[in-house]
Amino acid sequence: MARFILPFVIFMIVATFLYVGLGLNPREVPSPLVGKPAPEFSLPQLYEPDKQLSLQDMKGQVWLFNVWASWCTACEYEHPLFMELSRRNTVPIYGMNYKDKPEDAKAWLRRHGNPYTLVVSDAEGRVGIDYGVYGVPETYLIDKQGVIRYKRIGGVTEKDLSETILPLVKELQAK
Amino acid sequence: MIPEIGHFALIIALFLALCLGVLPIIGAARDNAVLSDTARPLAYGQFVLLAIAFLCLTYAFVADDFSVLYVAHHSNSQLPVIYKISAVWGGHEGSLLLWAFLLGGWILAVAVYSKHLPGEMVARVLGVMGLVSVGFLLFMLLTSNPFDRLLPAAADGRDLNPLLQDPGLVIHPPMLYMGYVGFSVAFAFAIAALLGGRLDATWARWSRPWTTVAWVFMTAGISIGSWWAYYELGWGGWWFWDPVENASFMPWLIGTALIHSLAVTEKRGAFKSWTVLLAIAAFSLSLLGTFLVRSGVLTSVHSFAADPKRGIFILSFLVVVIGASLLLFAWRAPKIGLGGKFDLLSREALLLSNNVLLSVATASVFIGTLYPLFMDALGYGKLSVGPPYFEAVFVPLIVPMVLMMGLGPLARWKKFALPELAKRVRWAFASALLIALLLPLTMGEWSAMIALGLLLAFWIIATMILSLHERLGGHGNFMQRARGQSLSYYGTQVAHLGVAIFIIGVTLVSGYETERDVRMDVGDTLQAGGYEFRFNGVTDVQGPNYTAAKGRVSVSKNGKPVTELFPEKRQYHTSGMPMTEAAISTGFLGDLYVSLGEPIPGSTGAWAVRVYIKPFVDWIWAGTLLMGLGGVLAVSDRRYRMRRRTTTNILAAGSK
Repeated sequence: MARFILPFVIFMIVATFLYVGLGLNPREVPSPLVGKPAPEFSLPQLYEPDKQLSLQDMKGQVWLFNVWASWCTACEYEHPLFMELSRRNTVPIYGMNYKDKPEDAKAWLRRHGNPYTLVVSDAEGRVGIDYGVYGVPETYLIDKQGVIRYKRIGGVTEKDLSETILPLVKELQAK
Repeated sequence: MIPEIGHFALIIALFLALCLGVLPIIGAARDNAVLSDTARPLAYGQFVLLAIAFLCLTYAFVADDFSVLYVAHHSNSQLPVIYKISAVWGGHEGSLLLWAFLLGGWILAVAVYSKHLPGEMVARVLGVMGLVSVGFLLFMLLTSNPFDRLLPAAADGRDLNPLLQDPGLVIHPPMLYMGYVGFSVAFAFAIAALLGGRLDATWARWSRPWTTVAWVFMTAGISIGSWWAYYELGWGGWWFWDPVENASFMPWLIGTALIHSLAVTEKRGAFKSWTVLLAIAAFSLSLLGTFLVRSGVLTSVHSFAADPKRGIFILSFLVVVIGASLLLFAWRAPKIGLGGKFDLLSREALLLSNNVLLSVATASVFIGTLYPLFMDALGYGKLSVGPPYFEAVFVPLIVPMVLMMGLGPLARWKKFALPELAKRVRWAFASALLIALLLPLTMGEWSAMIALGLLLAFWIIATMILSLHERLGGHGNFMQRARGQSLSYYGTQVAHLGVAIFIIGVTLVSGYETERDVRMDVGDTLQAGGYEFRFNGVTDVQGPNYTAAKGRVSVSKNGKPVTELFPEKRQYHTSGMPMTEAAISTGFLGDLYVSLGEPIPGSTGAWAVRVYIKPFVDWIWAGTLLMGLGGVLAVSDRRYRMRRRTTTNILAAGSK
């Protein structure tokens, strides 16, 4: 009898795993970059293309790095949050305009408002590759030493901001 | 109005399925012929209603009824009519309806072609299939109704995913589903045998042709899917070990084990409980595939939109169907007994070993597919298992499997003497080994993996020739002897030859393919695999519902023109999705494959162009075609003359 019940037992174990699996999201991939130094970059600024901004310029402050594009509809959803955040002046937001045309990007910012301290253009997406960008928008929180502390793939929500990002900003700024 | 008729037909079909699932089974248990005899009329009625529902949805697509939510999501007025029809199964809800409709068709076929079976067996088989149907119809009506309205109606539809706008995808899902659903027949026969306690060889004899037909459909469905991926996705690959591919591969592997096991159970009365378990497993894995694709537990290119409510429903359904069957198995199987005895060296033993290897192969695919989920559920984080795992576990399993496959048809039932068999096959083995060692030298680089692959393939071919020689050779009338062999003997040989051809294709394409990925300006040439590819630029062309950049690449060899290839990069109007259409020149000895990447920004007409030379790649699908043909020959055997019409009938139903 015992060996004939075995298929049933194995199946029930598998079914339990499948049940647990239903509650998990396979797309939620933690970034291997979290806890590692942010990749170096040096990119032209959107409004003054002959000036460059590099990672070195950012040392000593805690900052948010938001990857966006004018062709990205999901960016429109998170944008109001950044507008409000910039008014509160708690943490500087730097934008990286990803695979976009400068005219389109500027027009988009005119229409939706500009929450960014500075915007850099990554027209060919080369820096995006270093940062492992595989969907726009993505947002990174980088600390005073230039280490990535948090990464959000997809639009930032109010909950992410109030429960994760802002407490983390406070903690990192105090260090 | 039409969609409401479809919805209503589904509800009545559910009611009939419920009756079908309950009344005949009670009738069979209580020897009540009146209840048992309800099975056939209920099966006919259910099929008619499902056909009405299916036609209603098809009508909604063809008539561009965008007040139906599902149509608005998966069609568009610009879509060519053939794709409007195939869009019926282009999404979750409609493909479920196809599932249910095909299941109705299989139930109908069993009802019609089971006149020679005892009434109580028919009642149980149809009853079990009715219960399966209840599950799918409930699932559809509760969580995924294809007839849901969208009010106010959309002005136009969102369009069918451009990836699915392809002839391959018109027939791939129906074929594959015919296979998935077809395994429900073997399952129902096994459950009916367990319920009735009649576990002699008869159930195996009855369910054997049905299983083979389902297996043929599945073989065809998987091959078409693989062929489609090869020419449509533009990566030049033919199998990606994607979770959803694995979901179809697992029931295929177990189904392969099942058809061999059924042969032994029918002929020798051996491995009876093992065969029952395989029949349950093949259909369970078909159901599991449905769960994996539709619940969103795994990431895959094929996944339908995930919805946790659906996941919970299918999982509960799985637990009820598979759990109950396995409990029934645990309860009844100990009484089955061992059946015919056989020696450690016998055809039975060879078949059993291959059965075990096929099951282990299935288990390894299963583990590889679900491993990320297991690890995640246990809190070890996210990870994925890729082709390296599958290739590492598969090759060691294939080697002994193929070696025994060559011996199986030559060995005697019950007992054979090893020295005698070894003597018979020694020339076959020696010639296979010689070819495997020498052939790679003529093709380029010699490598052990290629030699191994060729050894396996030529071993099958050599033993096949040996078997034909032993049966047909000698003095006298050759034709008479050739006609004297059964079609199922030829079926076995053809299917095994298919495996050999398949192995040759896989071995040579993975060993000798050339891939070049380069930037090409207009007029640039590229040398690859002895061919010269010249890029003549790109022109814009207009399709029915897309605009395309069409490249022109002329291919020559030693200065002589060979062919012209026209790869396209399409932009579909409604979805805005870019699609790569590779251009392939197919040949007996291999393919020339060109696909367009991206235009190079800032250049004048330069593109990233990808060129592959794929030697013998089409042998892969030629092999699977032969495997399927072998199955068709086997079910056309004289023994099944009664049931021969069944097959053609099902084939006709499948092409609808």
